[in-house]
Amino acid sequence: MAEQGLEESLHRELGLTDDEYERICSILDRKPNHLELAMFSVMWSEHCSYKSSRIHLKRFPTEAPWVLVGPGEGAGVVDVGDGIGAAIRIESHNHPSAIEPYQGAATGAGGILRDIFSMGARPIALMDPLRFGPLDDPRSRWIAEGVVSGISGYGNSVGVPTVGGETVFDECYTGNPLVNVLCLGVLPVERLVLGRAEGVGNLAVLLGSTTGRDGIGGVSVLASAGFSDEASDADKRPSVQVGDPFEEKRLIEACLELLDSNLAAGVQDLGGAGITCATAETAAKGGAGMDVMIAPIPQREPGMEPFEVMISESQERMLAIVEPANLAAVLAIAERWEIRANVIGIVTDTGRLRVLDEENGQVLADVPAKALEQDAPLYDRPRSAPADREQRQLESANALDAPADPGADVLAMLSDTSWVSSQYDHMLFLNTVEGPGGDAAVLRLKHPSTGLDTGRGLALTTDGNHLWGAVDPYRGGVMTVAESVMNLAVVGARPLALVNCLNFGNPEHPEVMWQLSESIDGLSEALLAFGIPCVGGNVSLYNESRGTDIDPTAVIGLLGVVDVLETPPPGVRLVEGGRLLLLGHTEAELSGSAWAALKGHRGRGKLPEVDLEAVAHVADAVRDLVIAGLVQGAHDVSSGGTAVALAEMAVRSGVGFTAARLADHTDLFAESSGRAVLCIDPEKLREVLDVLEERGIEHSRIGVAGGDRMSVKGQFDLGLSEVTARWTNHLPDALGSGTVQG
Amino acid sequence: MSTNVAVIRFPGTNCEFDVVEVVQHLGASAEIVFHDEPSLGNADAVVVAGGFAHGDYLRPGAIARFSPVMDAVAAFAQEGGPVVGICNGFQVLTEAHLLPGALQKNAGLKFRCGFTDLRVESSNSVLTSAVTPGDILSIPINHFEGNYTCSLETLAELQSEDRILFRYVTNPNGSMDDIAGICNEGRNVVGLMPHPERACHDLLGSHDGINLMQSLLNAAGLSSVQGPS
Repeated sequence: MAEQGLEESLHRELGLTDDEYERICSILDRKPNHLELAMFSVMWSEHCSYKSSRIHLKRFPTEAPWVLVGPGEGAGVVDVGDGIGAAIRIESHNHPSAIEPYQGAATGAGGILRDIFSMGARPIALMDPLRFGPLDDPRSRWIAEGVVSGISGYGNSVGVPTVGGETVFDECYTGNPLVNVLCLGVLPVERLVLGRAEGVGNLAVLLGSTTGRDGIGGVSVLASAGFSDEASDADKRPSVQVGDPFEEKRLIEACLELLDSNLAAGVQDLGGAGITCATAETAAKGGAGMDVMIAPIPQREPGMEPFEVMISESQERMLAIVEPANLAAVLAIAERWEIRANVIGIVTDTGRLRVLDEENGQVLADVPAKALEQDAPLYDRPRSAPADREQRQLESANALDAPADPGADVLAMLSDTSWVSSQYDHMLFLNTVEGPGGDAAVLRLKHPSTGLDTGRGLALTTDGNHLWGAVDPYRGGVMTVAESVMNLAVVGARPLALVNCLNFGNPEHPEVMWQLSESIDGLSEALLAFGIPCVGGNVSLYNESRGTDIDPTAVIGLLGVVDVLETPPPGVRLVEGGRLLLLGHTEAELSGSAWAALKGHRGRGKLPEVDLEAVAHVADAVRDLVIAGLVQGAHDVSSGGTAVALAEMAVRSGVGFTAARLADHTDLFAESSGRAVLCIDPEKLREVLDVLEERGIEHSRIGVAGGDRMSVKGQFDLGLSEVTARWTNHLPDALGSGTVQG
Repeated sequence: MSTNVAVIRFPGTNCEFDVVEVVQHLGASAEIVFHDEPSLGNADAVVVAGGFAHGDYLRPGAIARFSPVMDAVAAFAQEGGPVVGICNGFQVLTEAHLLPGALQKNAGLKFRCGFTDLRVESSNSVLTSAVTPGDILSIPINHFEGNYTCSLETLAELQSEDRILFRYVTNPNGSMDDIAGICNEGRNVVGLMPHPERACHDLLGSHDGINLMQSLLNAAGLSSVQGPS
């Protein structure tokens, strides 16, 4: 019988293996019905369960005295003093953005905002680390333009400033952009809430948008399994959701008002796996059960099947757990903000998630809530280093010919990303002291309830470097953390907490699992060395371009505190007459550098050694000098090396420089960790040098700022205006002049 | 009693807290008034703050103009009370016909956020009494629909009646005659696309907005002492 065959293979069509199906049968002690199967399939998907990565993620250091909430909740939360908690999370929306760039990116921003305010925090900043295919590829340009428009359209309207991020173009992201989004929120520590369904008899109130057939994705196979006459065209519907920032804005205000008024015992956002995930998670984490009714869930269209309602990923919805006595007050707040609010469930003491068609109605599904949330299988997938790794390590970029025209190479590595950031509101809330374009964003820290300025600041940076990852995912991870620490140091901030967004290829490839595992270990080693806890993360797998896995791309977000914020940080700039200092040790190693990639050398050789203790010393010194007001301009040295760092300082300030003691292209372009360029007022130079000598910080006086040329003795001599034009026009020339719908 | 500024909040408004912060910083008091309120209470001045009222769906300000509070704002303006619309607030005031013209999408069809230089053209309004024509102010813009347009007759009126308060030094959005802000005939209703409240703190890169906000508070103080004329 054809139908019988379909029935038997249904779990496979839903992405569950035969073993997983057996596991479900044994949990239930019977065969699951279609609805239950759908619920398990979404909850046990890679996206929701992290089944391939969880055993590795456990190795991250997660503890510190200031950590209030670590990984596993909607967001990590750290105590930043003055009774203020900072909530932080990062996520990826890579695959939706590849299909529908505008909505993919927009809903990515929407989803992460809900994670933040579900903790009781008001979102105050977004950061967007973005990676696209090369600019000469029309489809990559279309994706880039759509993603930026989507973030702009959603983020600006919902009223959360986008204060920074990264924009990288590389062939390895052709057709598979990386759209990562980080959100930071602040809350009075006493308002911290967790997504918990506690208290038998408490009500689950669904807030916000209607539930539609959008975002059902792979599970739409159920529709073609003969469930419904009307569902036959369901597979033609877009599986990417459509965002409504105005609904989200009202949802934020309503939820924060609920929490301010102590009307909700818990709040949970609806993201992947929709109502199934939100109800199962709140119930499981609260050690409770829940009965969910289909009938009161507002549906966007008639004829929706219960499984569609339960797994829909329609945007802009939240679940609040409310005591019955508070229901009227909750509904009144919802009405004031013009959002829907419906009681769709009740907390039970059974430990089971039951789905009923209506109150006291027919039971459509009955599964242990914990099983959905916690019993997904853990896989230790096979991993192995690439077979040619040893051979590739021997092929150092140091063997490349020295460039005939190093100045041309500097020009080729410069790009101003303000084409992107000028489309984002980066100033709302009057916090943004340093916005996009600096090494790290710096925000004034005001108390979220009283609005009182603490006189301190929060600093945020996102960093990732796939070229390093391709050579050595372990040391690439170490170097990325080192870069972030230095990015915070140059704005006067000390690191507090890290979140990570691990973008990798197909986990069924042993090399990809090896990359992921190595990357986690590298990041962890650096975190331990710096004493930074990891408070959250996201793993995005199956990132493949033209059938090839992307280069390993571990993106990290590092949150720091500026202990004294009386003046803006010096910034990436030069001041006429300033003396230039290069701090830190430069190792003669070009493998993995942007310059090597420019010459077609990628994924080979070895990355430079990293002495984490030395990096920490340099970062401490830079931070102290900045806070003491002894620094006119500061920039970390990373992609593109010292030459690009100097050039960026020059074009951002319109002040040139004359440098020496950068003897060859290795001195110009090497990317050793733990270095920074400082511009120092000549009158303060002695004081700064004394500090550096006292602390034993390796440093070199490399030149003087000033004039309208950028010159390095014996290497290059470029007109500042020419360089500025190239820097300024690079992106507008590529993206501003029309794009092609791919 | 200190001067009291009513800051209007529609669903989707997002700059209301910023305006309140600056007003309080300058020593006056501020109260957020929700869009469904039929009254402004004891307000001495009104700021229609920026954001995306009703999501800017349909057209910026097109739905907000029908909110109950807008009748109160119109009556307040009619009596000579100082009213300033910033960004989305400017759009709302044009939709409500408290100011002439309209704001269309930026030339270039991109959202633009960043500092912009404004030239003060007239000090004769509730927002510009403490600045001088010719002053160059560094004030951020943040909009997709900031491209001011109006009929040529209206433009001629604005010009001849000295009602163009600010022009962009470098036009960022295609705005007619480089217009960044205007006032009504009574000079008590002002709309501008740039955000003066974002330029009131040295840490934020400019304090050029302080004299504008102070002008408004001065006007409000006068109206609270004398009553609307």
